[in-house]
Amino acid sequence: MITYSRQRKQLGGLGMKCEYQEIAKHALNIRKNILKMLCEAKSGHPGGSLSATDIMAVLYFGHMNIDPKNYTDPNRDRFVLSKGHAAPVLYATLAEKGFFPEEELMTLRKLGSRLQGHPDMKKLPYVEMSTGSLGQGLSAAAGMAVSGIVDKKDYYTYVMLGDGEIQEGQIWEAAMFSAHYKLSNLIAILDYNSLQIDGDIRDIMNPNPIPEKWEAFGWHVQNIDGHDLKQVCDAITKAKEEKNKPSIIIAKTIKGKGVSFMENKVGWHGSAPCEEQTEKAIAELEERYNG
Amino acid sequence: MAKRATREAYGKALLELGREHEDIIVLDADLSGSTKTAVFGGEFPERFFNVGIAEGNLMGIAAGVATTGKVAFASTFAIFASARACEQIRNSICYPNLNVKIAATHAGITVGADGGSHQAIEDIAIMSAMPNMTVVVPGDGVSTEALIKQAYEYDGPVYIRLGRAKVEDVYKESEFFSIGQANKVKDGTDATIIVSGYSLNDAILAAKTLELEGLKVRVLDMSTIKPLDIGSVLKAAEETGAIVTVEEHNVIGGLGSMVASFLAEHLPTPIQMVGIRDVFGQSGEAEELIKEYNLTSKDIVEAVKEVIERK
Repeated sequence: MITYSRQRKQLGGLGMKCEYQEIAKHALNIRKNILKMLCEAKSGHPGGSLSATDIMAVLYFGHMNIDPKNYTDPNRDRFVLSKGHAAPVLYATLAEKGFFPEEELMTLRKLGSRLQGHPDMKKLPYVEMSTGSLGQGLSAAAGMAVSGIVDKKDYYTYVMLGDGEIQEGQIWEAAMFSAHYKLSNLIAILDYNSLQIDGDIRDIMNPNPIPEKWEAFGWHVQNIDGHDLKQVCDAITKAKEEKNKPSIIIAKTIKGKGVSFMENKVGWHGSAPCEEQTEKAIAELEERYNG
Repeated sequence: MAKRATREAYGKALLELGREHEDIIVLDADLSGSTKTAVFGGEFPERFFNVGIAEGNLMGIAAGVATTGKVAFASTFAIFASARACEQIRNSICYPNLNVKIAATHAGITVGADGGSHQAIEDIAIMSAMPNMTVVVPGDGVSTEALIKQAYEYDGPVYIRLGRAKVEDVYKESEFFSIGQANKVKDGTDATIIVSGYSLNDAILAAKTLELEGLKVRVLDMSTIKPLDIGSVLKAAEETGAIVTVEEHNVIGGLGSMVASFLAEHLPTPIQMVGIRDVFGQSGEAEELIKEYNLTSKDIVEAVKEVIERK
């Protein structure tokens, strides 16, 4: 049996510098745009987009080696949104990074838009993998990591999983595969917001204990607060330094984070805010940011 | 003529492709000895990935590999590819139109003794219904090798249906094959047999038998089911006026359905289908099963006579 152990050319140097103030500002903009685009679309998923926002901001503005002007660079880092229903956070992050103009966000879910209800790589080329059917993104990300190892390239593949999503059996097939082939260039982040459409994950189909499961599957596991930018940034740096295993960062988050009337409310999993609610939410986000 | 299973031809073609092209990654789900991907794996272990018994993940890994510009060949039995991993093929491969070749072996009832649980009789129907998917069903070793190599060159998802049972080579190495193009194996004017896969030899035998009785029957090897070679089908309907389709697959959603639905719209023509009549298979030797489910050359002969009467 052939297994792979990644030998990196440069260690430590790969951890980019996280400018927390700057990242917080980007996170604010991303959250505001999530709300605006969902309000305009009149449908979509705010809860799981807002819970993942801080992680996305750290990835795109603190860690990932990507350039909007050279987005097909074979050496770029990849990101797969396995929990594809959180498409608004991906689109808002890509726009914030400069991949496309902010105005395009308002086409979300509309006929002819590049911004499909769930990410579509054929329509929007900055999306690395079409997702939306839960449980499939981790396999695709592992496939990207396989290519990186076969080609001896130094890129990382990041993948964002939902906590409800790990109820899918394919996740564990991919988990086993990634550890077996020592895909240390694969970094998963679990958006552990504890809620899924039908309710609390513990009531619907309890996936706990989560860290122990991933450890048992042979992954490098870290538990962090997914809204603490420094914790997120440091955890990614540590994950990059792991040389023999795939890594998962289990990020405890709050569904609907940043908007008090959405926080921890399962009802905001898949319904869009109206105009009045959006205004109120944006005012609150700005107040929290400035205060 | 040599006798070999199309899966064996696949293994050979894959190895030759691997020697020529560095960008091929081959994946299997614990059936590499049977699907013949082990031949490639033996020579190129660094480009061969066994995912274990996990067909959903097999397709997902192949999809991810393909996003990086490589050509992924994913193999397992047809039943597991088309049915177990159906939605992964749909959403991770066809929807993003990724360059994955699904070479599925042990298709149809000629799997034999393993029985109905392992005999995919609905895979063509499932795969053909997916946008962006090309469906290839070669009938002998020579055309399999050629079509596997074409599938490598072709950009996009391809489902290649391969068999376990040995079949006689029909073609010579020098013959030309193209995805999307039927091969006229024998010309005729009284009727046309359109065949794909395992039954190719039986269709030719049937046409030869009919010739002795004074009937000139054309045989079209429809080794690509989707996109269907509508030019050849239309010409056959115009020039011979009667069609028999032959396939080791359910008559619902297979070659017969494809030909019938095309002709119904463009040139209604009497059609007789030889295929599995919406039932599951069972254990038995391949040849016994072909008899049991009425797919022999004798059955084809009878179908041709019947359809000619309806002209």
